[in-house]
Amino acid sequence: MTRRAFGPVAAWLAVLAVAATVAASARYTADLSAFLPRSPSPAQQLLVDQLRDGVVGRVMLVAIEGADAGARAMVSRALAARLRADPRFAYVANGAADGAERERALLVEHRYLLSPAVTPERFTVTGLRQAIGDTLELVASSAGGLAQALLARDPTGEVAALAASHLAGATRPALAAGVWASRDGERALLVVRTAAAGADTDAQEATMQAVRTAFADVGPREAAAPVRLRMTGGGVFAVESRALIKGEVARVAALGVLLIATLLGFAYRSGVALALGLLPVLTGALVGVTAVATGFGLVHGITLGFGATLIGEAVDYAIYLFVQSGPAGDGRDAWRNESWPTIRLGVITSMVGFAALLFSGFPGLAQLGLYSVCGLGAAALFTRYVLPGLVPANLRVRDLAGVGAQIARAVAAAGRWRWVVPALCVAATVALLAQRDTLWAENLSSLNTVSLEDQDYDGRLRADLGAADARYLVVVEGRDEQDALRAAERTAAALAPLVAQGVIAGFDSPAHYLPSEATQEARASSMPEPSELRARLARALRGSPLRAARLEPFIADAARLRTGVRLRRADLEGTGLGVALDGLLLRRGEDWQALLTLRAPAAGPGALSVDAARVRDALIGSGALFLDIKTEADALYAGYLREAIALSATGVAVVLLALMVALRSAARVGRVAAPLGAAVLVAAATLASAGQVLNLLHLVGFLLVVAVGSNYALFFERAAAGGEGAHRVLASLALANATTVIGFGVLATSSVMVLRAIGTTVALGTLLALVFAALLSGARTDAR
Amino acid sequence: MQSHTSRTLAFAALLASALAAPAAPAWTLERLLAGFAQKGSARASFIEEKKLRVLDRPLISTGELRFEAPDILEKRTLRPRPELLRLEGDRLTLERGDRKLSLDLRSTPEAAAFIDSIRGTLAGDREALERVYRLRLEGNVRSWALTLTPLEPALAAWVQRIRIAGQRADVSVIEILQTNGDSTLMSMQPLAGP
Repeated sequence: MTRRAFGPVAAWLAVLAVAATVAASARYTADLSAFLPRSPSPAQQLLVDQLRDGVVGRVMLVAIEGADAGARAMVSRALAARLRADPRFAYVANGAADGAERERALLVEHRYLLSPAVTPERFTVTGLRQAIGDTLELVASSAGGLAQALLARDPTGEVAALAASHLAGATRPALAAGVWASRDGERALLVVRTAAAGADTDAQEATMQAVRTAFADVGPREAAAPVRLRMTGGGVFAVESRALIKGEVARVAALGVLLIATLLGFAYRSGVALALGLLPVLTGALVGVTAVATGFGLVHGITLGFGATLIGEAVDYAIYLFVQSGPAGDGRDAWRNESWPTIRLGVITSMVGFAALLFSGFPGLAQLGLYSVCGLGAAALFTRYVLPGLVPANLRVRDLAGVGAQIARAVAAAGRWRWVVPALCVAATVALLAQRDTLWAENLSSLNTVSLEDQDYDGRLRADLGAADARYLVVVEGRDEQDALRAAERTAAALAPLVAQGVIAGFDSPAHYLPSEATQEARASSMPEPSELRARLARALRGSPLRAARLEPFIADAARLRTGVRLRRADLEGTGLGVALDGLLLRRGEDWQALLTLRAPAAGPGALSVDAARVRDALIGSGALFLDIKTEADALYAGYLREAIALSATGVAVVLLALMVALRSAARVGRVAAPLGAAVLVAAATLASAGQVLNLLHLVGFLLVVAVGSNYALFFERAAAGGEGAHRVLASLALANATTVIGFGVLATSSVMVLRAIGTTVALGTLLALVFAALLSGARTDAR
Repeated sequence: MQSHTSRTLAFAALLASALAAPAAPAWTLERLLAGFAQKGSARASFIEEKKLRVLDRPLISTGELRFEAPDILEKRTLRPRPELLRLEGDRLTLERGDRKLSLDLRSTPEAAAFIDSIRGTLAGDREALERVYRLRLEGNVRSWALTLTPLEPALAAWVQRIRIAGQRADVSVIEILQTNGDSTLMSMQPLAGP
């Protein structure tokens, strides 16, 4: 190391130390929040909240499989007991005794507060006669078991009315051996709510581990035959996706580094040069992650996945340095004067191209932008100012001028094939136009890393627990819990006509489980005082087989209503009703939110979907917000996609502008841009024709093709002349492209769709960019 | 609502035994059950009286019973209010007014015992029946009475005993006496045709 190099090296080491510290302590997440906007509309905000902090994200469904129902129930009870003792679990329910029994007891005890049928008219002489007559008919029927048992307490059939009315829509989990089980009876089920938010992936991972540990303890103890544990839920998916992406990135990066190192080792024939050549990659990746961690506070999984891909571009810089400087490095000053300005221009164009992504409202894309700008900048600066100082004076690399000369001859010969480029462009344009309607994936799930099998399993568990995914929501807000419940009751009144008209099949409301205090008060006061009630019963029961004297238990319950006993939220904890309520009545900062979930009609003209316009009409002026989660999420994604396409177009325009400033000739800019444009066009058409529906990640891939390919095009544009230096440049370009194709080709083998998308796009695109740049430059050499 | 399910199931088991009853030479439990096994489809009209301690008069309903081999069992009530209770394979459905309740019996292991007893009865499988009830047959071929006493605690908690009476092939009465003193008496008349 020369004295002159000491300053930059010291600075680099300092930067590296800081970056390593920041990167090591950064928080990494793999949840869907990467795809949620920074400045959302109220509907989007709700979507974000639900996914990030909402109860939805905190709920973990736990299934126990194997052995028999009895053994599974024992494990379920023991597991629930263990988890309840752990503060990381806010709530654990498995339907065991204190669930189902308490739930029924609650319904019976608070029936007059819960039932919407309770009005003053119900307890008039006429109302009582009607209600008791109906109850006796029910008792006579095959469905009369419970009504018969409760007849003396509940002659007006409020419990049956409750079961038949709104609570009927909420499907309850089946029971097997006294605990919740799937409909097919093959699994015992638990519902767990974590103390940590669903988006807190680290905490979710710790929570999952706690469940596994508890299960490993109690499973073999309670069941003779082997039992299996399975967990699903938003948080679980985030943890698993992160692990999958981490694993894939590690595998892909290791394989990529191995292959590239082998190639470079062969090309340089120097281990030192090889090791030094990887330093720009390391520097760029660390600085990129550090910039994202500092700028966003949180690094998304897909940003990291993208980090692995930076190898493709950053490794090129060292190749240019070593190969173009000649075998003994004696051409390093010439490299600095002649090649570096070209590389610098390539880096700047790449950076301005990616900088466009910084303006994305989509944190995932903005992170990619920041990562690329900082990572590429750092790698290039390192290569220019630090790396030469680290190269030992006696370093010898293989001279690739000979290889370059062969390439030059091939390029010149290929000149007569130049017509292939416009021909392919025309064919690609035709292919893209033919598929223009189905070219881009319009829904968010195209970026989902959760496997279809896992999604399906989750769906089945939710259906079994009656926790079907809530696609249609009406949201109302309140200053406090009671205010939100009253708002929910007003909204329910507005929705009732829609049920009658068949626009919706029904709806679930938090006030069904916990009526507001005002409503409870009104219902309680519908009940006359005991002496009056006795008198009315005597008249109502004239001619009935039921005698008023038998109904003292009813009178006692009615009297207790007047003592002010009311249903409180705490009463519902640990029951299925409590689970339902928790999902529908949420605290959000200072405010409270009530969610009413709508059920789509099962049959008829609008079956399985809800007419959003009619629901919105019904809610006008109520302050309630209607939300179709799926449409909203897809619209959100489609918005991002449009935004990303617009930003990419802007990026391309800025790149052209930068080239114009640097090259000062429209013709030269055209010569640089033509192969890049052609490469992107042909790559896109190839992917689309191969049946791939393009998504956001393909778009990012195209940007990367432009970034990497611009270096090729710039070198070809500048170094069309012959000579040893030019041959070395050609050889360096071929080598750089080979490493890029390997790096991204490896990515294309990943099982994670988002990584595969970038891999195929960039590997194909950069190869085309090099070939097209060569063909078009050959054309010029020919013409000269 | 578990006890309600159990109740319905136990009742279905009884209907199954009631509806399958051909004549047999020497009168033993084996003969009675073997006769059940041979019987295919059958129809009967019924009158059901529910006597509840809290009521002065019994509640009366009437309708029709139908068994279709091998595993469809229907109780169609016509008065006072139409209702259809149907057991087909593992699925129990109840239609009453515009409400329809459906239950997959496999989801409740408690129910499995009763399904076995239904199937057992229809197949003339005495062992299956004796897993759920203690059986006692009295009388002769012209007038017999089979008493079933539940063994399962869940069932024994609400059913004290069940009495099925008939002549030769025909079941004429099923009586269920509950532990709380309430009782149900179902009288039936065979109908021609399927």
